[in-house]
Amino acid sequence: MASSLIGSRVERKEDKKFLTGKGRYTADINLANQTYAYFVRSPHARATISKVDISKASNAPGVVKILTGDDLAKDKIGGLIAGWKIVSQDGTDMKCPPHPPLANKAVNFVGDHVAIVIAETLDQAKDAAEKVRVNYKVLKAVVNTGDALNSKAIYDGIDKNLSFDFLLGDKGKTDEAFSKADKIVKLDLVNNRLIPNAMEPRAAIGDYNSSSEELTLYTASQNPHLSRLILSAFNAVHPEHKFRIVAPDVGGGFGSKINAYAEDAVVAWASKKIERPVKWVAERSESFLSDNHGRDHVTHVELALKNDGKITAIRVDTIANLGAYALVLGTVTPTYLYAPLLVGPYDIPTACCNVKAVYTNTAPTDAYRGAGRPEATYVVERIVTEAAKEIGMDQAEFRKKNFINKFPHQQCLVHNIDSGDYHAHLDKALELSDYKNFENRRSQSSAKGKLRGIGFSTYLEACGVAPSAVVMSIGAGVGLWESAEVRFNATGNISVFTGTHSHGQSHDTTFAQIVGDRLGVPIENIDIVHGDTDKGPFGMGTYGSRSLAVGGTAIVKACDKIIEKGRKVAAKMLEAKPEDVDFKDGEFIVKNSNKKKTIGEVAFACYLPGTFGDIKSPLPEGVEPGLMETSFFDPSNFSFPAGSHICEVEVDQDTGETKVVKYTVVDDFGTVINPLIVEGQVHGGVAQGIGQALYENAHYDESGQLITASYMDYTMPRADNFPEIKLGFTSTPATSNPLGAKGCGEAGTIAAPAAVMNAVIDAIDTDISMPATSEKVCNALQKNKKNKEAA
Amino acid sequence: MKGFNFHSVKNVKEAKKLASGKSAFLAGGMTTIPAMKLRLASYSDIIDIKNIKDLSGIKVSSKSLKIGATTKHAEVAASKEVKKAISSLAHLADGIGDPQVRNRGTIGGSIANNDPAADYPAACLALNAIIHTSDRKIVSDKFFKGMFETALKKGELIQAVEFQVPDKSCYVKFPNPASRYAIVGVYVAKYKKEVNVAVTGVESAVFRCKKIESALKSNFSSSAIDGVKISSSGFNSDIHASSDYRAHLIKVLAKKAVAGCK
Repeated sequence: MASSLIGSRVERKEDKKFLTGKGRYTADINLANQTYAYFVRSPHARATISKVDISKASNAPGVVKILTGDDLAKDKIGGLIAGWKIVSQDGTDMKCPPHPPLANKAVNFVGDHVAIVIAETLDQAKDAAEKVRVNYKVLKAVVNTGDALNSKAIYDGIDKNLSFDFLLGDKGKTDEAFSKADKIVKLDLVNNRLIPNAMEPRAAIGDYNSSSEELTLYTASQNPHLSRLILSAFNAVHPEHKFRIVAPDVGGGFGSKINAYAEDAVVAWASKKIERPVKWVAERSESFLSDNHGRDHVTHVELALKNDGKITAIRVDTIANLGAYALVLGTVTPTYLYAPLLVGPYDIPTACCNVKAVYTNTAPTDAYRGAGRPEATYVVERIVTEAAKEIGMDQAEFRKKNFINKFPHQQCLVHNIDSGDYHAHLDKALELSDYKNFENRRSQSSAKGKLRGIGFSTYLEACGVAPSAVVMSIGAGVGLWESAEVRFNATGNISVFTGTHSHGQSHDTTFAQIVGDRLGVPIENIDIVHGDTDKGPFGMGTYGSRSLAVGGTAIVKACDKIIEKGRKVAAKMLEAKPEDVDFKDGEFIVKNSNKKKTIGEVAFACYLPGTFGDIKSPLPEGVEPGLMETSFFDPSNFSFPAGSHICEVEVDQDTGETKVVKYTVVDDFGTVINPLIVEGQVHGGVAQGIGQALYENAHYDESGQLITASYMDYTMPRADNFPEIKLGFTSTPATSNPLGAKGCGEAGTIAAPAAVMNAVIDAIDTDISMPATSEKVCNALQKNKKNKEAA
Repeated sequence: MKGFNFHSVKNVKEAKKLASGKSAFLAGGMTTIPAMKLRLASYSDIIDIKNIKDLSGIKVSSKSLKIGATTKHAEVAASKEVKKAISSLAHLADGIGDPQVRNRGTIGGSIANNDPAADYPAACLALNAIIHTSDRKIVSDKFFKGMFETALKKGELIQAVEFQVPDKSCYVKFPNPASRYAIVGVYVAKYKKEVNVAVTGVESAVFRCKKIESALKSNFSSSAIDGVKISSSGFNSDIHASSDYRAHLIKVLAKKAVAGCK
């Protein structure tokens, strides 16, 4: 039974509750004597505030309390933080503006928080919020990423709106390689801004107990411990030992629920002030305005080539839009999560990347599914495609010529790639996608009046964030290890506490499979517990496709400690030496005998350490009672998933409408615990990637108003936008963790935009930017037609 | 959403009696309720007309198809009578919103709201519809006045929409990828003595494209449209489609509609 669990398509244990509406999200929690909060938000992209007049609003029916930035300052509640310090190439630290949870004297994007109105009902809070008078002096907003450096500074002391000027790689060597190149290929690229759109909007309930002086914050978070640390240490909301954060069922995060948000800090603090629970649930329009956005780069890339198609160097210049403020992962996303991957899966001798991060009067950006890696993959896979085209090589052959072939491989920028076989996944993808017959399919489309194109994206990404020693040396505010506690109960079932958090990733099932496999216990008897700082040990949470490689490994290590202790106890029970006791499939067996004890029996014995009549204590001398072990795992390296996406699109020549008609993915995620769940992750990731390439775009107008502030204008892709996605796997296990797992949560989103855009550009033979909307495609076709007619 | 009085009425007389300057009739609520939730609209009284029996249903004669005001899009889409008499109308109803919208939204609500990108107003203009209200009959050409504006007076309630059965017809919509409203929708209907081409999504309200109509009158074929010049002046322009793109789409869709006429 046991060994078959790894790699088995176990159906998700958590589906029953979610599919029958029994999930319990923050919004489902209602506490006695609860109040309701509504935030007054800035309608302006940039303004100074001379006065916030709450006098009329305070007298409105049902109002309990209205709090402003002044109140926050009086109570010395600290500002929201950037979690990763980036150093500019001139040696100076990045510059960050103040970021109070409620605005003090200035607002810097539409949706910025100004005041919290707390009332007996939500409608009363909203009615009162309309009566809060804010005296704004509207200033000219800086909106456009590409123009920010040339615009008047938003903040005093942050010249050119430049937070930092980051350089990675050897500029001299790279420039030299370019001077010797046979051919140089260049592209200008825009990585469009996206709004995460988790299914569950954010929500938070602060609940202060004035008797015990304990503060509980229920919040939709991907990392409750990390949020508690930030809210205690930096925002001074409440001391950590008296502060509990519960992240119950959370309906998707995609990175947008990593930060401890202003609303978290404010409702927690407010509940202390009024000594009643304060509940806030975001409306969808608030999510659009104030959830952290993702991506938003403007990039120039150049690739140096030899005539035979060998890449000799890559040079990248990027302007990354941080939005109005620097957030927890806002600064690392366009730097260390981005630049090191600009060499892709290719053996490129030298590379150099400059990133200028700018502030604008838009919603702050932070990690969004893939975080830096989709941006890098888009740059590499677009320029590589362009290069193959320009030198007239087949897309697959060009890639194969440049792939890394030997592992481990130290890349010229940062990463040491431990394992991989890039030819294997590309070959498999070529076969699955029936690449050899593509031209036939192109002709068939043409007969229907449609243009067909094909696009490749052979990605390499870095997951399993992250080795603490490495990340802290490059500015991370915390080490990114992970914790686990495996607790055998006396009756033989197991509670597993993980520091990661499941908000769609299906840890309840995957982790139960790992524990079941390791300890030989049926998964029905294993409960995975997460999302409550009062239950398990401190953990770093879930993002960066880290949960299995890092969190799963901590669980494995805790299981191994259980086995070692169990072996000693079993040995005593079986009157053998520990080294003569083997453990297999849930049983301790004395070598060359049929003497054995199940792990359940051993666990039971561990909880009955005394001598009673015939029963002798099973515990050897020096062994403590109980069977519960904790492990903290800090990986030695990142893990490096890789794979091949091949996309085919059809374009309607009259309208420009573009449809993905065929999509093939072959991934190397190392060891796959549950293919069913992994396939789901890939499907979702590819959907988001196709969304970015063809549909999604956060659009601000010149004054900084968000035009795409609802589903009427923000194009979330729908089921009918997708073809069936054909999946395959190859496997080269990771060497940095005992599971051999590499991570799968973001890969689809990372690779898909480049595959889709390469296909679109192949179809229409013109470079256009994401998203490839019908009008853009149509205009490109018309222009081509005119050019051809002119020629 | 702000507070209001809720009335569920059994007949048109009762509905009219309760109507005031601060009230709204509620059928499917597909526009009214979101607007109220966003606090863009608030009313003292909501008068629910869903339970007025006479307002729902489909009646066919040889020359016309009469659809009750509270008939849902899904009912029109699935109706054998509609499919037989004017299949393009069933097709139109099947393409409105999503299944949830189609199972709540009503034809009367859609027409009364007169969203510049709604589908049904195009059907009304193309199919010479007569709007039957509590007070009178209004021909479509006089009904749709401007953005969200109709000939309806305060308290006047749509009871049914009567379409003239064409020889053949077709509706082609290019949907907004986000909202699935029409970026451009073109409804072509051919009658013995006339051709109607109604366009939605393009201006502040639905309109008839006389240039294409006259081109088709002499030669009812897609190629007849090739030579027509559509000026984009005054057309809507937004992040999803510029006015020029809309002008381009009118011709593309009109050609498809002519080709698809049955």
